Amino acid sequence: MADIVLDKVSKSFPDGTVAVRDVDLEIADGEFVILVGPSGCGKSTTLNMIAGLEDISSGELRIAGERVNDKAPRDRDIAMVFQSYALYPNMTVRENMAFPLRLAKLDKATIEQKVTEAAKVLELTALLDRKPANLSGGQRQRVAMGRAIVRSPKAFLMDEPLSNLDAKLRVQMRTVVSRLQKQLGTTTVYVTHDQTEAMTLGDRVVIMRGGAVQQVGPPQELYDHPANLFVAGFIGSPSMNFLHAAVEEETLRTAIGDVPLGDRIRRELAAEDAPRELILGIRPEHFEDAGLVDEQTRGRGMEFEAPVEIVESMGSDKYVYLTVEGERASAAELEELAADVGTDDLGGAGANLVTRLSAESTVTEGENRRIWFNLEKIHLFDPANGRNLTLHEGRAAGALAS
Amino acid sequence: MAAADTTAAAKWRWGLLDVVVVVFALVPVLWIASLSFKTTATLTDGNFIPREWTLENYRTIFSTSQFVRALGNSIGIALIATVVAVVLGTMAAYAVARLDFPGKKALVGVSLLIAMFPQVSLVSPLFEIERSLGLFDTWPGLILPYITFALPLAIYTLSAFFKQIPWDLEKAAKMDGATSGQAFRRVIAPLAAPGVFTTAILVFIFCWNDFLFAISLTSTERSRTVPVALSFFTGESQFEDPTGAICAAAVVITIPIILFVLFFQRRIVSGLTSGAVKG
Amino acid sequence: MRTETETETGTAAERSGRTGAVPAPRRGRTGRAGRAPLSEGKRAERRLGWLLCAPAALVMVAVTAYPILYSVWLSLQRFDLKFPDEREFVGLANYVTVLTNDYWWTAFGVTMLITVVTVAVELVLGMGLAVVMHRTIVGRGLVRTSALIPYGIVTVVAAFSWRYAWTPGTGYLATLFGEGAPLTERASALAIIMLAEIWKTTPFMALLLMAGLALVPEDLLKAASMDGATAWQRFTRVMLPVMKPAILVALLFRTLDAFRVFDNIFVLTAGANETSSVSMLAYNNLMRGLNLGIGSTMSVLIFLTVAVIAFVFVKLFGTAAPGSTDEGGRR
Repeated sequence: MADIVLDKVSKSFPDGTVAVRDVDLEIADGEFVILVGPSGCGKSTTLNMIAGLEDISSGELRIAGERVNDKAPRDRDIAMVFQSYALYPNMTVRENMAFPLRLAKLDKATIEQKVTEAAKVLELTALLDRKPANLSGGQRQRVAMGRAIVRSPKAFLMDEPLSNLDAKLRVQMRTVVSRLQKQLGTTTVYVTHDQTEAMTLGDRVVIMRGGAVQQVGPPQELYDHPANLFVAGFIGSPSMNFLHAAVEEETLRTAIGDVPLGDRIRRELAAEDAPRELILGIRPEHFEDAGLVDEQTRGRGMEFEAPVEIVESMGSDKYVYLTVEGERASAAELEELAADVGTDDLGGAGANLVTRLSAESTVTEGENRRIWFNLEKIHLFDPANGRNLTLHEGRAAGALAS
Repeated sequence: MAAADTTAAAKWRWGLLDVVVVVFALVPVLWIASLSFKTTATLTDGNFIPREWTLENYRTIFSTSQFVRALGNSIGIALIATVVAVVLGTMAAYAVARLDFPGKKALVGVSLLIAMFPQVSLVSPLFEIERSLGLFDTWPGLILPYITFALPLAIYTLSAFFKQIPWDLEKAAKMDGATSGQAFRRVIAPLAAPGVFTTAILVFIFCWNDFLFAISLTSTERSRTVPVALSFFTGESQFEDPTGAICAAAVVITIPIILFVLFFQRRIVSGLTSGAVKG
Repeated sequence: MRTETETETGTAAERSGRTGAVPAPRRGRTGRAGRAPLSEGKRAERRLGWLLCAPAALVMVAVTAYPILYSVWLSLQRFDLKFPDEREFVGLANYVTVLTNDYWWTAFGVTMLITVVTVAVELVLGMGLAVVMHRTIVGRGLVRTSALIPYGIVTVVAAFSWRYAWTPGTGYLATLFGEGAPLTERASALAIIMLAEIWKTTPFMALLLMAGLALVPEDLLKAASMDGATAWQRFTRVMLPVMKPAILVALLFRTLDAFRVFDNIFVLTAGANETSSVSMLAYNNLMRGLNLGIGSTMSVLIFLTVAVIAFVFVKLFGTAAPGSTDEGGRR
């Protein structure tokens, strides 16, 4: 077991392409860290550099305090779980799991004992003599994990280990991974493009985009205090709504009404080079059916009326899709996010809002409904660089902060 | 569709089609086998099934050096050409499937051209070149063109196989503590072996089958292969009909093919189709 | 998938070479593509690639490129091994001789006829066989195994089998169409040659087509039948278009192969009664006539014809030769 330190680690190609740029990251011993981002963000390259499968162009990588830049993967004593599982098809489950131990020249009895133990932990005992071809996806995934844990390495690296499973199994395996990691207490670096996995699994999440780290922090912190537009849009499901907002004297003109501004934001916007246009971000769960908001809470937010397009009842709550007139927010980050999800152009004119209302709401499709939203929870972004303007010393405090 | 297929009528229809295919494919083979078992007296009775059975024809051919030498030549030449072509083909196919280097497309293009090349166009120049180099009527004189024409086949088939190998396994093995050598020996080689084996069968069949080069580039028993020897069979005396002997020899050289097909049907099919279609 | 064609491989190689030098358009391509040249690892990869390909490339070029050039050189000479002293450079005289010769044009016609008829019949039969091999529910293994036998069997052996089958007295087929010796009459002899060719190579065609069939998604056929397509419509409107690349490749291979027809003719008729193919004719001029000049001229002409056929397939029909667009290297 060991800590892993990335010190200004970069990966670039001679033609100028930079896959990973100056990544600084300290992963504590026993920590579970998630690297997350859309495809092409450099997360897998980063993982491969930690593994030793790819060279580090510049910077330093230390495992347990020792510089390992030039060490072969086999000398780093870390195990990896691949997206494709990479099980050796010509070996049985037992042989697959024993493979690293045999390479390490352990004696037969020890190998047998360790394999049996790992198989028990992962409930693979009955499958030990099968070939990978005769296993289901979930079983293969467990074998891949078994092969990783069997030799008690210094760290686990996992490259999208659950993406080849179907949705239900993925949720199930998520808890298996989580429990296993806690049980073994081994430092783990886990790569995924799925923000739900990132939120649910990690002690800390590293969000990457275009080869650079955007923000590092515990899941809740990333959710509550996103440093920029990209992080705000990436974390949370359904994603945050973004609206175009024009800066007026003391308010922001938006499609859902004029949003009042607190002192701090106003001071910031008074600066010479401050943007005149902003992007307003509101998470779906910070809307509510105006009829269900009590008097006390009502004061913290504001209301607007909008036609209801679709109502999806989830049982516990309702997803309500609204259409509002006005310009749609635009920024490079948003386009990238949309491209990643595959929803380039939905909704034509006007903007669509996704809201998550209480199950008690009687909202119906086609009607005009009054909707309330919480001003303390909104975020404002500078479209030019994506910076979250409501952040103050790493804390977001909405539009009204003073 | 599946539902309709399982009805008894459909089964019969498919069964009937199967029978047609099997008969169509096997009749000429059975016919030549039948001829080879016929006695000289019944050879010309035109009966599909021999009235009198004999092994005389086999005894005859195995007592003539004409056939035995040719069989030795066929086996030796085909084996050597296969081994060399598969080794060279494996190297090239690995490079084509796994490495990025300028000239790769040219290599693939050249081998494609050769696959389509009319062999007869090479016969005249090779005849002249081999005569001046002293390769005419020798084993190497046949092995060389065989390797050349087998290589495109080997490269296609093998690179298709190699592309299917999940190369993540190599990384996985390295993470599991293997050296590059160990990763190759314990993980990649066992996976590549079936492809190499299949390719070897296909290449062997190709070399075993050749007639044009064998008849053009040989002149004596020294390097004549069985297909050529067959066409020169005359029987023991000038007046004896060589039919029985020819058929017996034909059956002998068909046996390895039948064995390959029986045991490795699946592999041959996958080898032929992967190389040609998946590219 | 396969959009580039065989003749474009050269330029395609150049193109991909060039893109290596231009900075990739999008930043943040993750490492694996690593298309930039000249890093140490890349250079080592190139060296290894060349090293591994060199032996195969050398053998192939040495045994084909040099002889074909030599053959062009020989074709420009009077060179008869029976009169070695009269060897001299005669320019295109040999070509004039061959191209004004009736035997050549007869053989050319025979070869074309055999090629067209056998490939057409094989396409139909092969498609049928492919469907049977692909879909049959009883004895699939048996069918596939039997179908492979004609493919694997030595052509000369098969040819002997057909020859004896049609030999009067000996053969079970000899009296099928009344008395007479079918192999000694031109029309029937040609028909038998084609039958032998078709028997031998239909399985190969079928295998290639079967691989194409396997590419037709089952769901697509289901969707088509839901949309109201009959079995025939499903075949022509759904399967054939999807299989088109596979069909064209199979046709290309078989056409070029059929054009080389030699073994069957050699055994069945030895070219008697104007049943010679061009290969047979070239062989006879060379090995029987020992006329290297004329033989080489024919070789060159055959080579050119094959090149034209390949060109027609690739350019006009857009056949993508297998492997030519091979993206390789991507892992």
